[in-house]
Amino acid sequence: MLALLAAIILYFIAQKFKVYEDPRIDEIQAILPGANCGGCGFAGCRAFAEALVRAESFDGLNCPPGGADVMAEAARLLGKEAPEVDPLVAVLKCNGRPEYRPLTSFYDGVPDCRIAHSLYLGETDCSYGCLGKGDCVRACPFDAMYMNSETGLPEIIDDKCVACGNCVKACPRNLIELRKKARKDRKIYVACSNCDRGGPARRACRVACIACMKCVKVCKFDAITVENYLAYIDSFKCTLCRKCVAECPTGSILEFNFPPRKPAAEVTSQTIKVNPEV
Amino acid sequence: MKTFPLGGVHPPENKLTAGIPIRYLPIPPSVAIPVTQHIGSPSEILVKKGDMVKTGQIIAASKGFVSANIHSSVTGVVNKTDSVIDASGFRQTAVFIDTTEDEWLETIDRSSEIITEIKYSPEEIIDKCLESGIVGLGGATFPSHVKLSIPRGKRCDVLIINGVECEPYLTSDHRLMLERSEEILVGITILMKALRVTQAMIGIENNKKDAIARLTGLSGKFPGISIHGLKVKYPQGAEKQLIKALIKREVPSGRLPLDVNTVVHNVGTAFAVYEAVQKNKPLFERVVTITGKSLASPGNYFVRTGTSVRYLIEAAGGVPENTGKIISGGPMMGKAVSNADVPVVKGTSGIVLIPEEESSRSEMTPCIRCAKCVSVCPLNLEPYLLMTLSEKGEFERAVAEGITDCMECGSCSYCCPAHRPLLDYIRLGKSLAAKMARKQMVK
Repeated sequence: MLALLAAIILYFIAQKFKVYEDPRIDEIQAILPGANCGGCGFAGCRAFAEALVRAESFDGLNCPPGGADVMAEAARLLGKEAPEVDPLVAVLKCNGRPEYRPLTSFYDGVPDCRIAHSLYLGETDCSYGCLGKGDCVRACPFDAMYMNSETGLPEIIDDKCVACGNCVKACPRNLIELRKKARKDRKIYVACSNCDRGGPARRACRVACIACMKCVKVCKFDAITVENYLAYIDSFKCTLCRKCVAECPTGSILEFNFPPRKPAAEVTSQTIKVNPEV
Repeated sequence: MKTFPLGGVHPPENKLTAGIPIRYLPIPPSVAIPVTQHIGSPSEILVKKGDMVKTGQIIAASKGFVSANIHSSVTGVVNKTDSVIDASGFRQTAVFIDTTEDEWLETIDRSSEIITEIKYSPEEIIDKCLESGIVGLGGATFPSHVKLSIPRGKRCDVLIINGVECEPYLTSDHRLMLERSEEILVGITILMKALRVTQAMIGIENNKKDAIARLTGLSGKFPGISIHGLKVKYPQGAEKQLIKALIKREVPSGRLPLDVNTVVHNVGTAFAVYEAVQKNKPLFERVVTITGKSLASPGNYFVRTGTSVRYLIEAAGGVPENTGKIISGGPMMGKAVSNADVPVVKGTSGIVLIPEEESSRSEMTPCIRCAKCVSVCPLNLEPYLLMTLSEKGEFERAVAEGITDCMECGSCSYCCPAHRPLLDYIRLGKSLAAKMARKQMVK
């Protein structure tokens, strides 16, 4: 009897305090990837679905793991238009393998980049480069990264990377950048973040950018800028002509997934350009 | 026996060098004198390449109120100004000087005569401390003239002198108290005059009975100074713990000793103040303990600032083969240096060479909730919780739990049976919380 009474009271209370939720939120959430990666900038897929339903237009809203398909589907359900967003991919702006960047000390602390970064320069003389303790790998919700035990650097699996940006936030040295994804996963970028002058940078690492400006001069598309003794290639302006790669005297500009160069160019036919004789 | 009530640990003392008199380290062929040897803004370099400098000559001037002058520790020619990796592990600007024959500035009194008569006014004393670049020599290197200038509305009724030296291995303050006792007592009298107080208390841990006896014997000549033996417990040398132990006042969270009407100075600082005021000698050398279980000849040395740690270790018999880590400071709060070329600075109290088998970290296992870290925390914090919060990036909650009060004594990490890197994460959380607070201030 008492239970019945309680049930009736609870029913009316529930009716009174009912919160209206747009049914479209559930619909949108159902088509989102559900990884809760935070790549959209919201707390999770649910929060992003709410934002999409509330939004006047889709400008600035994007689900990186879902990509264009998911956004188009959401736009169709909500009767709006999804702006075209270039897919991105993460790259590591450091190529400080042990053979290029000699070890000067041994870190015996907690295997956490944030702690190593707050304690000292790192195991090498480069105070900008990768610390190799794998914070980015642990932050990746898509298993798109792993630590390469040979190079001591994290590797990004292009096919799995959805550019959610978690690794970018995790890196205390801001070494990971999201760059425009090109055809056949081709990539050209400056794999260095050292803002020291040429001399100290070069002493710390053989493949450091020394800000010699050669790449800037050779680039016909104004895609390369040098700031704080460090070159940067704008992935939205770069046409992947590969001129800068051949010009770089320290080999700090890397190219990936290109067909072998023509023999006339007299460069090695390796797909990944390793440090040239210097 | 007096001590602080909360927490604390008692690591093996290992005071290997307590019985060895202080020696003078030969002047090295070159020195690298960093321009930031204190807390506060970096000093402005006054010399350039090729300049001749004399020992004691000012080479970098303090910039701003919380800053300190830097003096040349040698006579020689300025070779270059370049970056050097210092004991903090980061690069910073330093003046490199190639030494020639040692020639001190004429104004410095090099006689060994002890001048007890103080003929300066409090303002003059503070000016002399500022000129001579005196900073707190206990390790925090806070500019002393700032601590001596009491702001309007504040009051100081007792001066506390820190002769605790609770860190294992280190004996530099101990030896200084034994060998320069009278100078220290005059220095304390000078500090008392500058602060306009009539009472000073020296706190010394009971494992230094000879120092307590020597200072007590001499203190009759110096009115107002009393010596107090303290129970041996780490971290008694921390400012707040020492105040609590000696005068039973508790410094509130986020406040300074001056808020409970006291000021704390180290015995080393008292000695430096004596030399600066009575002998006109700027702060360019200090006592450094160089020690380690396998070191051939450990000891205490008067070391000129800018001397590389490598040179110091060579003088003590070279790096033993089984060395795992070289620590600048004591083993509890000190920091392993990343290379032996780091210069000795005003804040370097000791260099400890730890053998390989004692220096490696044990493997971390999950927290078993034994609460040992809570019981040893002298500040009544919950280290296990602060670590988790920092690890997960919950800095706001960490601040609410008092992470900014942590003084990084390391007692929690020392006693953790699961070998959890508690302090490492707390330190990280502290620095990131401070960064967050600064960002909010800007907003």
